[in-house]
Amino acid sequence: MAPVAAEVAGAAGTVTFDLATTTVRALNSELHAPTATSYEVLHPQGAHAVAAGVYAPLTIDVRGHAGYYCAGMNDGATITVHGNVGTGVAENMMSGLVRVRGDASQSAGATGHGGLLVIEGSASMRCGISMKGIDIVVGGDIGPMSAFMAQAGRLVVCGDAGDGLGDSIYEARVYVRGAAGALGADCVEKELRPEHVAELAQLLAAAGLEPTGEYAPERFRRYGSARRLYHFAAHNSGAY
Amino acid sequence: MCGIVGLHLRDPELYPRLGRLLETMLCQVAERGPDSAGVAVYGDHRRCPAGHAAVSVLLPAAGTALDDARARVTADIRAVLPGGPTPLVTAAGATTVIAAPVGVDTLVDAVRRSVPGALVVGSGLDLTVYKDVGGPRSLAATYDLANAQGWQGLAHTRMATESAVVPEGCHPFSVGPDQCLVHNGSFANHATIRRELEAEGVRFDSDNDSEVGARFVAAQLAQGADLDKALRLLCERFDGFYTLLVTSDDGFAVVRDAIACKPAIIAETVAWVAMASEFRALADLPGIDDARIYEPEPERVYAWRR
Repeated sequence: MAPVAAEVAGAAGTVTFDLATTTVRALNSELHAPTATSYEVLHPQGAHAVAAGVYAPLTIDVRGHAGYYCAGMNDGATITVHGNVGTGVAENMMSGLVRVRGDASQSAGATGHGGLLVIEGSASMRCGISMKGIDIVVGGDIGPMSAFMAQAGRLVVCGDAGDGLGDSIYEARVYVRGAAGALGADCVEKELRPEHVAELAQLLAAAGLEPTGEYAPERFRRYGSARRLYHFAAHNSGAY
Repeated sequence: MCGIVGLHLRDPELYPRLGRLLETMLCQVAERGPDSAGVAVYGDHRRCPAGHAAVSVLLPAAGTALDDARARVTADIRAVLPGGPTPLVTAAGATTVIAAPVGVDTLVDAVRRSVPGALVVGSGLDLTVYKDVGGPRSLAATYDLANAQGWQGLAHTRMATESAVVPEGCHPFSVGPDQCLVHNGSFANHATIRRELEAEGVRFDSDNDSEVGARFVAAQLAQGADLDKALRLLCERFDGFYTLLVTSDDGFAVVRDAIACKPAIIAETVAWVAMASEFRALADLPGIDDARIYEPEPERVYAWRR
C-alpha cells in the first residue's frame, strides 16, 4: 500500500515523507515494508527514531536535524542525515552506512554490531560506548568518556578526543589524529603497526576521506586495551 | 526524565513573542515530564507592571475555595500595604500572582502577614512564576503563556522522582529575588546539604531535592557570588545527576554534572540564547538555521548577562 502522505517523484522513484504533515510512525512503517528503494525525509525538526529499525538495502536522505536514535538498529540501509542528530544515532547498527553531515549528540553508534557510521562534524560524549563491531569515523572531535567498554570494531577520530577515552575498553581499536585527553582505566596508547595503517586507510577511504596528506594514517595514534582489567587474575581469587 | 527549556532574548523586537516561543519550546518537551509544568517569565508586564514588585504564591486552597481565597487577597493585601495601593492579582493555574507598586520585601511581607499559609514560589521586580500539576500542553494554555511578553523565560516539565507530585514540588524553584532554578536529574546528597543549610537558618518549602540546589545557589548569590561562581561551587558540593538552568535579574546560566547523562543543548544567535533538553524544542526558533548549536560540556558553567 502506498503511503498516504508520501509523494513519488518522477523517474528516480524517490518517495518523499514530509514530517511536517505526516508522522514518524507512518514513515517507519513504510520503511519496514518498503515499496521503493529510495526515500527522502523532510522537516524532521528533531523528531525521535527517524528511520529506525530499517532492515532492507534502502537509500534514505533525511534533510534537517534529527532527534534521538536516528537510524537505530540499521541493518543494511544507507542513511544520510543532512543536519545534526540527537542521542544514540545508529545505536545497535547491524550493517549498512549511516552518514551524519553535521554533529552528533551523545552515545553515537552505541552498542553497534556492524556497519559504518560516519559523522562529518563532531560527536559529543560517549561516542562508541559499548561498541561491538561497528566502525565509526568522526571528522571532528569526540566528547569525554568515548569508547567506554568498547568491545570490538574501530573508532577513528580526525580531531581530538575528550577525557576518559576508552575506559574499561576490551578489543575495539581507537585511532585519534588530534589530542587525546586523559585516558580511561586500562586504555593505553599502542604502536601503529603496518596492519593498522592499512585498516585506517581503508576506513578513511570508506568514509570518503582521502587517506593521504592531512589524513595520512601515519598522523593518527592508536589506543586500545592494556588487558589488565578484564582478564581474571588467579592471585585475585581470594577477593571473591 | 524531566524537560527543560529556556530562552534569553537579546533582540528587544522579540520581547512581544517570548511567550509564544516559550510555549512552542515547552510543548516539545511535554513527554519528558507529563506530571507537572512550571514557567518563569521575566518582564511580563501583564502580571507585573513596570514599577511593581510581584509575588507568585500557592494559596492554601483548591477548587472554588481557591477562587474565594483569590477574591479576598486584593482587600487583605491592600489593608496591610503602606499607602494602601490596590494590588493586581492574576491567576495562572494553581499559582496566584500578586503585584503592587512597592518593594519586593514589602510585598512579600504583606503576603505572609495577610494570607496565612500562602507559599511564596517566586518574587522579584521582574519575575513571575506559574506552576501546577497536570499535562504541560494544557497548562501552557491555562497560564496563557502564548500571550506573555518579556526578555527571558524558562519552563520545566516534571517527571517526579524524589518527592510528591504536588504544586509545591513543581519547578522552577525561585527562592531569592528574581532568581529561578530548574533541574533535570536527581541530587544524591541533597539531604546532607539541606541539613547544613537548615543549621545556617535557611528554611525550606518542600521535600524536593532541586529546592536544595536553589537554596544553595541563592545563599551563594546572597554572599556576593555571581551565577558563574555560584554554579561552580554547586558542582564542588553536589553529588548526583543534574542539568541545571539558573536565571537571575540579569543572567542566564547552564551547568551539567561531571557525567552529564542528563541532556542539554544550547543554541545562540545574535538575537537570542536558548537552552533545552532536546533539539526539537529549539527547532522552530526564528533563525535556528544560522544558530551556533552545541552541547554544554560536563562541569563547565555557561553564563550570559543581559
